Formats: sequence, C-alpha cells, structure tokens
Amino acid sequence: MDHLAFDIAHFLAGGLVLISFMLLYQDRLFALLNAFALQALTLALSVGWQAYIQQAPHLYITAAITLVFKALIIPVALHRMVARLGVHREVETVVSLVPTMLAGIALVALSMVVMLRVTHGVDPLAREDLAFALSVVLLGMLMMVTRSNAVSQVVGFMSLENGLILAATGAKGMPLVVEISVAFSILIALIVVGIFLFRIRERFDTVDLQALDDFRGESR
Amino acid sequence: MNALAQYNVLAILFLPLMTAALLAVLKSYRVSAVINVVSAFITFLAACSLLVARPVSGNYLLIDDLNIVFVVLNTFVAFTTSAFSASYIAHELETKRLTPAHLRFYHAMYQMLLGAMNLALVANNIGLMWVAIEVATLTTVVMVGIYRTHQALEAAWKYFILGSVGIALALFGTILIYMAARPVVGEGLNGMVWTVLIQHVAKFDPALLNLAFVFLLLGYGTKVGLAPLHAWLPDAHAEGPTPISAVLSGLLLNVALYAVLRFKLLMAANAGALAPGPLMMALGLLSLVFAGFMLYRRGDIKRLFAYSSIEHMGLIVFAFGMGGAIANFAGLLHMTMHSLTKSAIFFAVGHITQVKGTQQIADIRGLTASHPFLGWALVAGVAAIAGLPPSGVFMSEFLILSSTVSRAPFLAALVAIGLLVAFGALALRLHGLAFGESKGPSEPIHASTLPLAAHLALVLVAGVYLPPPLVAWFQHIALSLH
Repeated sequence: MDHLAFDIAHFLAGGLVLISFMLLYQDRLFALLNAFALQALTLALSVGWQAYIQQAPHLYITAAITLVFKALIIPVALHRMVARLGVHREVETVVSLVPTMLAGIALVALSMVVMLRVTHGVDPLAREDLAFALSVVLLGMLMMVTRSNAVSQVVGFMSLENGLILAATGAKGMPLVVEISVAFSILIALIVVGIFLFRIRERFDTVDLQALDDFRGESR
Repeated sequence: MNALAQYNVLAILFLPLMTAALLAVLKSYRVSAVINVVSAFITFLAACSLLVARPVSGNYLLIDDLNIVFVVLNTFVAFTTSAFSASYIAHELETKRLTPAHLRFYHAMYQMLLGAMNLALVANNIGLMWVAIEVATLTTVVMVGIYRTHQALEAAWKYFILGSVGIALALFGTILIYMAARPVVGEGLNGMVWTVLIQHVAKFDPALLNLAFVFLLLGYGTKVGLAPLHAWLPDAHAEGPTPISAVLSGLLLNVALYAVLRFKLLMAANAGALAPGPLMMALGLLSLVFAGFMLYRRGDIKRLFAYSSIEHMGLIVFAFGMGGAIANFAGLLHMTMHSLTKSAIFFAVGHITQVKGTQQIADIRGLTASHPFLGWALVAGVAAIAGLPPSGVFMSEFLILSSTVSRAPFLAALVAIGLLVAFGALALRLHGLAFGESKGPSEPIHASTLPLAAHLALVLVAGVYLPPPLVAWFQHIALSLH
C-alpha cells in the first residue's frame, strides 16, 4: 500500500512537470488555456491524493479550490475574454521553440540535481515532490520570460503557482497551506482578470505587451 | 500598562484595516483625507507605546528590539506621508487626473498598505509574514496603476509580474525552511514560528537551509530592489502617485529588508550553513555601484530618486551583510535616515511636478527663485541624501565606509566609488533643477510644508546630535544581529 501511495503521488507530480512542458510549446491561446486547465486538474488530483495519504482533511479544501477555481472558472473566463478580444490567433513568442524546450530540459535537470542533493534528510515522498515542484516553478518562470503576450504570462504565473501549491502540500503538516492557496486565488482573480486585462484592453485594444513596451518613460 | 500592552499591537494591525473599510464607503474625499491622517497618527502613537509597554509574544505576533525600530519608523513615515498626501491629492483632483471614486479607492488602499506592512513587521510566523508582504505588494500594484495612463499600466504590470515572481520564490524558500525545521521541531505550526525556529536552528540540515536562503534572498531581494532584480522599481516610483513613491521608497523596501534580516539571523545561528553575509554584500555592492552609474542618464525626476533608492538599499544590505557591531549600527541608522530623507525628497518632488506639470528634469529650472521653500527643501534633501555633512546620512555612510576600510579595504574602494559616482550625478542634476533661470509655469502652490520640514529637521538633528538612549538602543540591536 505504501509503495502504491508513493507511486501514485510520484505519477501525479511527474504529470505536472510534463504538462508544464506542454504549456511551453503551445502556440495558440485556446490550446494554452486547455493545457493549463489540464494541469490544474492534475494538481487537484495530486493535492487530493496527498490529503488522503497524509490524512489531512484540510488539504481537501485546497484541492477543491484548485479544481473549481483554476481548472474551471479561470480557464473559462480567460477563454471568453480571449474570444471577445479577438486575439485567439497565434501567440508571439520572444524566443523560438527549440531553445525554449532545451532551456526547459536544462532547468528540470538543474532542479533534480539541486533538490535531490540537498534533501537527504527528508522523507522520499516529500523529496521527490519538492524536486518536481521546483521544476514546475522554474518552467513557469521560463514561460513568463519567453512569452510577450499578457494572457500567456498570466498562464505562466499560474502554472508557477501550481508548483508552489505542490511543494506546500508535499511538505507534510505545513500550516497555512489552505490560507496560502486562497491568497493566491484572490491574487489571480483580483488583479489579473479584473483590473489589468480590462484596463489594458480599454486603452490599447490589444493584450500584447509588446504594445506596452514601445513606451519607455525616458524617451518622452 | 498591562492593559496597554494587550491592545497596542492589535491597534497597529486592526486600526488601519477598520479605517480602510470606513474610507472605502465614505464619499467625501476631504473627510477621507482627514480621517486618513488622524488614523495614521493614532497608529503611530500606538506604535510608540510599544516602546514602553511591550506585549508578550505569541505564536503569531512577535515584538522584539529589532522590529520595534521598523514599526515606529514605518508608522511615523506613513503618518507624515498621509499629511502630505492630503494636500497632494486635492491638486490631482483639480487637474482631473483622478476622480473622487479613485480617491476613495486610493485612501482605502493606503490604509490597507499600512496595515499589511505593520503585520509583516510584527509577524512571528514566517508564513504570515509572507502573506502580509504579498498583500502589501498587491495594494501598491493597484495604486501604481491608478492613473490608468499608458505608462502607469506598463509600470504596474511590470511591478506585478516581477513582484509576483519574487514573492513566489520567497514562498518556495519559506516551504524549504519548514522542511528543514520539521525533523527537529515536529509537524504543524511550530515549524513556522520564528522564535521556535531560532531556538532550534542549530540542529537543522544546513544544505536545506542554504537552498532556502538563496530563494528567500532572491525573492525578498526583488522587493528590496536589489540589482539585478530591480527593474520594477524605477517604473513603479515614476508612474504612481507621489505619496506612493514616498511610501514605497521609505517603507516597503524596508519591510522586505526586514524579512531578509530575519532569515539572515536564522542562517547565522546554524554553524554548518553558508555564511549569509558575503551573498548580501555582493548583491548590495552591485546595486550600489550599478545605481550610482545609472543616475547619470535619468531624464525623469522621480526615476532619478528611485535609482537613488536602489543605491541606498544596496548600501544598507551591504552593511548588514558585513555585520559586526559597527556595520549593523550604521546599517540601521542609514536605513532610518534614508527613509526620512527620501520621503522628504518625494514630498518636495510631488509638489514640484504638480507646479511644473512635468516630471522631465530638463523642463524644471531655477526652483529656488520661483518657489523658494520647495527649491531650498529639495536642495537640503538632495544634499542630505548625497551624504553631505551635517546630515545623518553622512554619519551613517561614514561609519559604513570606515568599518569597511578596517575589515575589507578592497571593498571599501568600491563602496567609495559608488558613493562618489552617485554624489556627482545628484549634484549635477540638482544644480540644473534648483538654480539658474526659472522655466515653465511658476504659480504658487499650497504645499504641505510641515511634513517636509519635520523630516529634514530630524535628519539634520540626527547628523549633529543623536540622543544617547537611541544610540544605546541601536547598539543593542546591532549586537543582537551578529
């Protein structure tokens, strides 16, 4: 049983890393949002499984928030927004696909090497979880750097945050996990969806940040 | 006294929150501005009462010698800035840059920010501290974007993205600290309570601690504005309302610095862990020298002083990184002086940009002739921040430099170069701004002279005479910081 529990947790966490790679190479916004919803679903399963094997009922709340908010509400809302803005064409990337994927592989290797080396004292389940979580975090950051589009940067940030939730739930008995996941949800809902995209749209009729970058305060 | 000690710490947390709720529903901006000032003043008084009646620390809140300095400074500058803001925003309303609805939002957010910063400073739980810093960041993001111009949106977006990444890294570091603590202090709340952590940190796994510190330093260092993670800072300072620039430079950077210091203490208490000092010194020195050179190419007055903030935060982080009684003392003093001086400069700059209708340095000339008070206040403020005697900044910079000379002469040369370069840039710009033929519109403005004069007076007095109890207190903290 113990072995099986470990394998399932491992499988789900590994799945998150794979979906992070999928996010990296999506070049259409709708496909990107679908892939993100899949990642959020996997995270919800993973958190639910952690809640079960750690016998920590409060983690079910985090799992439920992830499922409802990140796998359903956010992707649907972004979907509708993208459709209304009419930007569901191809996403412009700053860096092309091959170097991005290579950098992604290097980052995952880096996080494995670093985490597995320093976490000898920790129990194996949490150890692997942390290594996977760091990979997801770094891949999320990579995605934020390689995309110039506001929606895909937000998706990058949310996948980064998925990695953090994975790490927090993997750390057995960590307090405030639920509060942190709620705080993150508020952060995303409030700022990203509510204020920025609408305001950016109001002003520029585009969500491409390149349009914003044209302006520099110095060269007025 | 005991009754006071029970409530004062709650007052500095809940008073801002309740005021924020009240201000969110009040329609009249004049009443709101007054309530904002009064509430900030009462919060300041409550913070001062922490000095005489110190509450017992629990699992969530902690009051010790170190954070009282930060809390008192925080609430004081928040109070004076609210007084400045009251006269500033009236003008913004006249020029239609802001609507009354915006102002309602602005006032509520101001108090939210104050409450969140206070919570971050008195939190004894590293998770709670993280949440508080996140809330403080969010409130400043929306305030930076409040003008809704092209530039303000870009600045707010950049701040949001970089700030979120920083905050995410800090959370990862926090989780790693918990992982390191768990085998020693057990599962659950204890693994995040700072006072428990510091007692047992000697037995933690050093490798995990090292990794955690790297994440925490990068994460909170982004919020301190350390180069090369500083990219959000000049934009956020330049495009938001000036009271927010003053609060950002004077306070929020300090709050993030405080978080770094707390984790530095943890690292220092574990013999096997990597010494946190050299990392902080390297980042600090890089910021100092880099920002010093960047000062030369600034065309925007608020950006100019934003880079000056990066320079000074770099110097402070360098001083704390070096450690030891003198350097820590100097770092603490420099932080206090920088907060007071920089917010005073932003008060002056706020009124100046309102009079001139521009932030471009090239379009602002001869202020001492057209607006004697603002012009000379700016001269005094810039002279103080550049480190000219007899300001308090001179004293702290002198202490930092002299203790560097005695301990690491090579680095002292770099510090001196950074300071001199920055001095040259500021002197150059100041000359154009303050002297010569007056240019552009020059109608008189109803400026709030009191906060500005109070800050400058404090900085000058501190340069000439520091009260012995204050010195003794700072020395005590400096020793406890290692």
